[in-house]
Amino acid sequence: MKITQEEVAHVAMLARLELNAGEMEEIAGQLNDILEYVDKLNRLDTTDVPPTMHVLPLANVFREDEPRPCLSREEVLANAPEAEDGMFRIPPVIE
Amino acid sequence: MLAHLTVAELAEKLQKKEVSAREAALAALEQIEALDRKIKAYITVTADEALAAADAVDARRSKGEKLGPLAGVPMALKDNLCTKGVPTTCASKLLENFIPPYDATVVERLRQAGAVMLGKTNLDEFAMGSSTENSAFFTTRNPWDTARVPGGSSGGSAAAVAADEAYFALGTDTGGSIRQPAAFCGVVGLKPTYGRVSRFGAVAFASSLDQIGPMTKDVRDCALVLNVIAGLDERDSTSADVEVSDYTAFLEEDIRRMKLGIPKEYFAAGVNSEVKAAVRKAIDLLVSLGAEAEEISLPHTEYGIPVYYLIAPAEASSNLARFDGVRYGFRAEADNLLDMYRKTRSQGLGSEVKRRIMLGTYALSSGYYDAYYLKAQKVRTLIKNDFDRAFAKYDVLVTPTTPTVAFQVGSVSDLLTMYLNDILTIGANLAGLPAVSVPCGFAGGLPVGLQFIGKPFAEGTILRAAYAYEQNSGLRKSKPPIAAGGERHE
Repeated sequence: MKITQEEVAHVAMLARLELNAGEMEEIAGQLNDILEYVDKLNRLDTTDVPPTMHVLPLANVFREDEPRPCLSREEVLANAPEAEDGMFRIPPVIE
Repeated sequence: MLAHLTVAELAEKLQKKEVSAREAALAALEQIEALDRKIKAYITVTADEALAAADAVDARRSKGEKLGPLAGVPMALKDNLCTKGVPTTCASKLLENFIPPYDATVVERLRQAGAVMLGKTNLDEFAMGSSTENSAFFTTRNPWDTARVPGGSSGGSAAAVAADEAYFALGTDTGGSIRQPAAFCGVVGLKPTYGRVSRFGAVAFASSLDQIGPMTKDVRDCALVLNVIAGLDERDSTSADVEVSDYTAFLEEDIRRMKLGIPKEYFAAGVNSEVKAAVRKAIDLLVSLGAEAEEISLPHTEYGIPVYYLIAPAEASSNLARFDGVRYGFRAEADNLLDMYRKTRSQGLGSEVKRRIMLGTYALSSGYYDAYYLKAQKVRTLIKNDFDRAFAKYDVLVTPTTPTVAFQVGSVSDLLTMYLNDILTIGANLAGLPAVSVPCGFAGGLPVGLQFIGKPFAEGTILRAAYAYEQNSGLRKSKPPIAAGGERHE
């Protein structure tokens, strides 16, 4: 086993997911299958190989920092599950 | 029947005023009405908006105004492309009620060119899948056999085009999501070079792999649509500052002396023998037209799937962090913020999406980053180097698009078997190369796809090869019986 159920619970917290016991067990099994499969990458020696993060030879793309028209507050808030006084409303963060 | 026409044929009739944009839209809407209960290609049909847009084109045409190249041509968009005022669900419960306040750049460009949107098509949730079975709403059916999947993730777009429920469609392709469903449904599907088409307004899955592309009835249409959607966009800093050609200008050139590389790893054991036979026959035809074919090796091909299933979930886990119940989409009830995040995501996302978020989060997490994510990025370099070496000598690589034809709905339950569907398409995403799938015959009555992979920004070259094949194969516009209506086509 490459990944324990304890680790699965930790990763679920990092990913802000809540998994019940059944899902936890199922995902642990599936992740182990996948991780075992991807292990074949270790057959390759990549010591001197640079990583490819991106295929295009692009450097940073800059533009002048000028104000431009953007979405209105109403448009931005239109999809909000909850909004108040022109702001997104969320449940309490601090007790 | 009007709905059978290609984009090029319809555009000509519209220009000559032999048909109106309204008639063209009505024909497609009638086809949707007649077939979509069985095919289920669409999540949303915007009939009223389509007719209003068509009427506007007709009004402008009657005034003699100069119109765009796709003026009055009705089309469908994969439902992960943002459309102002029209729901964009990504086939997820989490975004079921999301109405974007803006258009994706590709949508804006299609509208400027006069294209008329018919609706939004089904996909695997957030484009994660190869069959549309991961849609939170329903599974789309293959028009050639409704017991089978249309492929995925752009299965709705492929099925809509195959069944003449749209004159063309757009899809997105992260590991094969345009080409695999195009192959399964017998249509043409192009994944452009990474950076050729702006990704602004496409809901991100894996940002270093995603591209938007056309799904069409033939190769010429593919070139016509690419002409409209390609090009630099300041809202996508990864869109490339490379001149956009008129891609239709490449089509008529012959393919004499074109050097075709045939990678032997793409004909390995897992590839169905009838699929291989159809592709070999297609290669023989290309050679008879003057192309030169040679077997080559892309030795790291077998590592494509493990690389992809680390990089894509890693990038997805980061991209999908935005679905937290704060700014849009579904929110679960909870009395503190952390619980709200966790319950929202757990209730709103489907199991495949959660699995990939978990895998990606793990691959990026402290202590595992080097072993998994970085390792995958390094092997990605080896895969890219294979292609670079091949393209130093060859113009185009020719392969099957998929290892098999369309499979039965519900028949693939093993995850890794499902993931292996992408083995022949993933390389082009990892290396950022353009690739197009074109129908090349049938196996057991189901369409087989032929894939042409090109050098970066050589869309013109692969479209030329695809066009030469299509014109000489006698397969152009083969129709599934369900869509053929009373009329036989060619």
